Amino acid sequence: MTSKTSTLPAVRPARPAGSRLTNVRSLAFILGALAIFAVGVFLTRAVENPFFFFASYIIIQYVALATGWNVLGGYAGYINFGAAAFYGVGAYTGALLLKAFDAPVLLCLPVAAAVGGVLGLLMGYMTLRVQGVYFAIATIALVVMAHTLVLNTDYLGGASGLALMPPEAPAWAGGQVQFLFLVMLGTAIFAVAVARWIEVSWVGRGFRALRASEEAAECAGVPTFRLKLAACAISGAILSMTGAPLVFYASFIEPETVFGLALALNAIAMPLIGGKKSWPGPVIGAILLGTVQQGATITISSELNILLVGVVLIAVVAVAPDGILGLLDRFKKGNRA
Amino acid sequence: MTISRRKFVQLASTAGLAVAAPAVWTQGQAQSRPLRVGASFSLTGPLSATKAGLVGLQIWRDDVNAAGGLLGRQVELVTYDDQSTVAQIPSIYSKLVDIDKVDVLISPYGAVLSAPVMPFIKQRGRFMVGMFALAGNDGVKSDRYFHSAPWGPDAKVNWARGFFEIGKANGCKRIAILNADVEFAKVSAAGGKAAAKELGQEVVFEQSYPPNTSDFSAILRNLRAATPDAVFVCSYPPDSSALVRGLSEVGVGDSVKLFGGGMVGPQYAANLQALGPALNGIVNFNLFVPEPTMVTPQVTSFLERYTAIAVPEKLDPLGFYIPPFYYVAGQLIAQAVKGAGSTDSAAMAAYLHANPTPTLVGNAQFNEMGDWTERRVLMTQFQGIKGNDIEQFRQPGRQVILDPSALKSGDLIQPFMKARAA
Amino acid sequence: MFADQFINAIGTGVMLGSIYAALALGLAVTFGLLHIPNIAHPAFVIAGAYVVAMGNSYGLDPLLVALLALAPFYVAGLGFYEFYARVFERRGSADTMNALTLFFGVSLVLETLLLMRFGTNQQSVSVGYVGQSLTIGLLSLPYRLLVPALLAPVMVAALWLYLRHTHTGIAVRAVAHDERALSVSGIDPRWIKRHAFGIAAATAVVAGAALIIIGPVDPFGGRLQIGRAFAVVVLAGMGSIPGTIAAGILIGVSEALVSAFASPSWAPAVAFSILLATLALRPQGLFGARR
Repeated sequence: MTSKTSTLPAVRPARPAGSRLTNVRSLAFILGALAIFAVGVFLTRAVENPFFFFASYIIIQYVALATGWNVLGGYAGYINFGAAAFYGVGAYTGALLLKAFDAPVLLCLPVAAAVGGVLGLLMGYMTLRVQGVYFAIATIALVVMAHTLVLNTDYLGGASGLALMPPEAPAWAGGQVQFLFLVMLGTAIFAVAVARWIEVSWVGRGFRALRASEEAAECAGVPTFRLKLAACAISGAILSMTGAPLVFYASFIEPETVFGLALALNAIAMPLIGGKKSWPGPVIGAILLGTVQQGATITISSELNILLVGVVLIAVVAVAPDGILGLLDRFKKGNRA
Repeated sequence: MTISRRKFVQLASTAGLAVAAPAVWTQGQAQSRPLRVGASFSLTGPLSATKAGLVGLQIWRDDVNAAGGLLGRQVELVTYDDQSTVAQIPSIYSKLVDIDKVDVLISPYGAVLSAPVMPFIKQRGRFMVGMFALAGNDGVKSDRYFHSAPWGPDAKVNWARGFFEIGKANGCKRIAILNADVEFAKVSAAGGKAAAKELGQEVVFEQSYPPNTSDFSAILRNLRAATPDAVFVCSYPPDSSALVRGLSEVGVGDSVKLFGGGMVGPQYAANLQALGPALNGIVNFNLFVPEPTMVTPQVTSFLERYTAIAVPEKLDPLGFYIPPFYYVAGQLIAQAVKGAGSTDSAAMAAYLHANPTPTLVGNAQFNEMGDWTERRVLMTQFQGIKGNDIEQFRQPGRQVILDPSALKSGDLIQPFMKARAA
Repeated sequence: MFADQFINAIGTGVMLGSIYAALALGLAVTFGLLHIPNIAHPAFVIAGAYVVAMGNSYGLDPLLVALLALAPFYVAGLGFYEFYARVFERRGSADTMNALTLFFGVSLVLETLLLMRFGTNQQSVSVGYVGQSLTIGLLSLPYRLLVPALLAPVMVAALWLYLRHTHTGIAVRAVAHDERALSVSGIDPRWIKRHAFGIAAATAVVAGAALIIIGPVDPFGGRLQIGRAFAVVVLAGMGSIPGTIAAGILIGVSEALVSAFASPSWAPAVAFSILLATLALRPQGLFGARR
């Protein structure tokens, strides 16, 4: 484990130049993010076919999900099997607000984020003494408990689920699904921005120290426990936020889907395929796997498709353990040498 | 002016052709384009046992195409795999409608997967045949939605009413209700409670349990202590099986006359085969059983063709429960398209509302919600099951129809523990 | 009435708990001793159940089939570890997350192969004793649960004796602690690990027999067991083989008591509440050594 410490980026010697570079890059990132959102708005005007937005919503949702997961799993190195717990709690928060107050989706997002953040903190406290696979197992427990809680809550529909009619989308959006597409795009951009901010700030350095060795970080005076809580809370908030618009998208919500194993595993597989060390990794992984899975519903022999997903996962682990970005890095280094 | 007879014929036909040409041309165009029927199937995931329905739909497609198609167009199926999850449904149905431009929609399997499609078809004004979605249309109330399954009107409360009516006829006053924590079972249990109240029966025991419960001894002991006359059970395949085992192991007491009602599982060949004689005495719902009061040459031939396809594909070899109703869905579509003379949703819906439609399982007539006006959910009792041979379930007299009275094919054996011993 | 309920809840809980232990035993070896988080183990168990069902369709007793299949499963386990080792150990350390993903991929592949080979129908076995119970006073024990429940103690005892008293057994226990010391003493640690993995895979077919005697099994049934199996291993304490029985029974009895006296709907949360409490209060588990 200690050998990994060396992979920590050394403190940049030329600090002012470095920070100017960081500023330029941040500006570029912000402009890029705005441009992508603008393209999204343009698409709602330009693309007639609603299917585009239905399908894109799912893929963009995966981008947000993978990014949220990666904050805790990739940066801080805590494997979270419980992405479904946060996503589900977010989705049910959205449903609850819609049912009780007819709340608009834009209000549901921050509330779900807050709930997810608190849940993340709780999870951090509960698992304060455990790491590695133990932590992963504790997060499975969280999914089962949240699932059981929803099943036993009649107001949320329990096992039968809850069919709700979302309020009309604002007129400027051009339709419900177009509007939700933009909401999800905004959520994903926000998630990626948070992830990127973490990466370039002191928080990210702290997370990386946690990942390398919690004991060593502790000795070096890094506030490990507080950082762990922060990672849990931020990741939880993003995951929950991603779930919140679901009920607006599907007009229906039921526990088997939101607490399902498939979702949790997607959230892990996507950053892994893309590369979990930096923010583009989860984004690439989510777009790739999300698109493939949308495609997997299409052909008749679905068993073969699922088999293929399994084989691809194995192959990625065997061939590209640091994901596609890792593979690219290796390739670049190889060329240089 | 003299025109020869020959010349006249020539002229007339030319003029006629000129007038008719656009019609012929469009018809030719239409004939080249197949009539597409779109549906989502759960080919993978927990609901994948329901994919046997696809075979039923394919048999219908072959039949209708062999007879020249619909409106002179060949029928083509467009199907996707929803992986048994709700999240896939909105984009699949948008794809069917917006990209594949299917002419007619069939719903996904069951109420949970159908729920996200309902607002969509209401908003787009699309005609759709619902598959096994109990009370699937009660929320959005589309007038272009039709159930292929004969759940009957006000299905939430009444679909299993037959069970309680048999109970009433046999003097059952105290009812126990047991349900799995899954959608269909939960809705059914709530409905059963309401139905029991309407019939003046008292609910003395109510218990829900998590799906995949493998041991029911504690629940059955609690239930026995309540001394019910009838036990209404809403379960899913894995727990149905464990529950039936529990009946043999722990028993339910001598007070019980009637046991079953809403158990999903003993409709599938795999469960029937595994449980065999342990099923004797249970009264449970079915939509089709091969009793003399129900069997027609048409159904028999359908099931023979189904079995020939299903066995090599390792699907349910009996196919009593789901496949016939996908064939029925096809028949409803065919009638509606023929009746309307087009694939216009409003015209198709209007036709089905106005005209009773002959199907594989009898005449279907629909109310304004697309429910069959007449409930045809069977309550059948397992009788004389011996050993674990699956073929015996093709014989009459194994699943005797007790309700509805029009299809009755035998009498209830009770009390329950005696019926099991018999 | 209360006594009847209570005694039988305990009886059922003990039997179920023992079956949980059987399911978790393979994981107790791979994860507990070797620290390899094999989430594909439940899929192995399901595969074992299918093998048992196949043998049973020729009229063989499930337990006999399981016994016959021990050797093939052991060999399959060896092969599987070899594959795992080639992917990971070569690189030095096994990144937990990559390992988890690999095993998830493996379980997807296994499930799908079962689905393609056997179809979506549930598989089951027919044995004479299913449907009958052993009655002792107030207590009644269905053979459907009792027979599988007896498998776990037998397997655990055999495994424990083996790990305590044989040379290779001790090496298996040592390999996770100090690989280098082991190589110095002339034993190839990779061989030991492979051997341990084979043993774990062999327990899967017995657990599969237990599962399919209880009730029908479908290809995706393993997913339900993943969480509980890990809970048993962690609760027992990593690497404590006899502990799995105690941990399984503790979970089984708690679930049965909640089912009988509170509400069965809350039973699934029981195992995990116990697990969370353990992780928070005693992370080394009931019988584990302090780490």
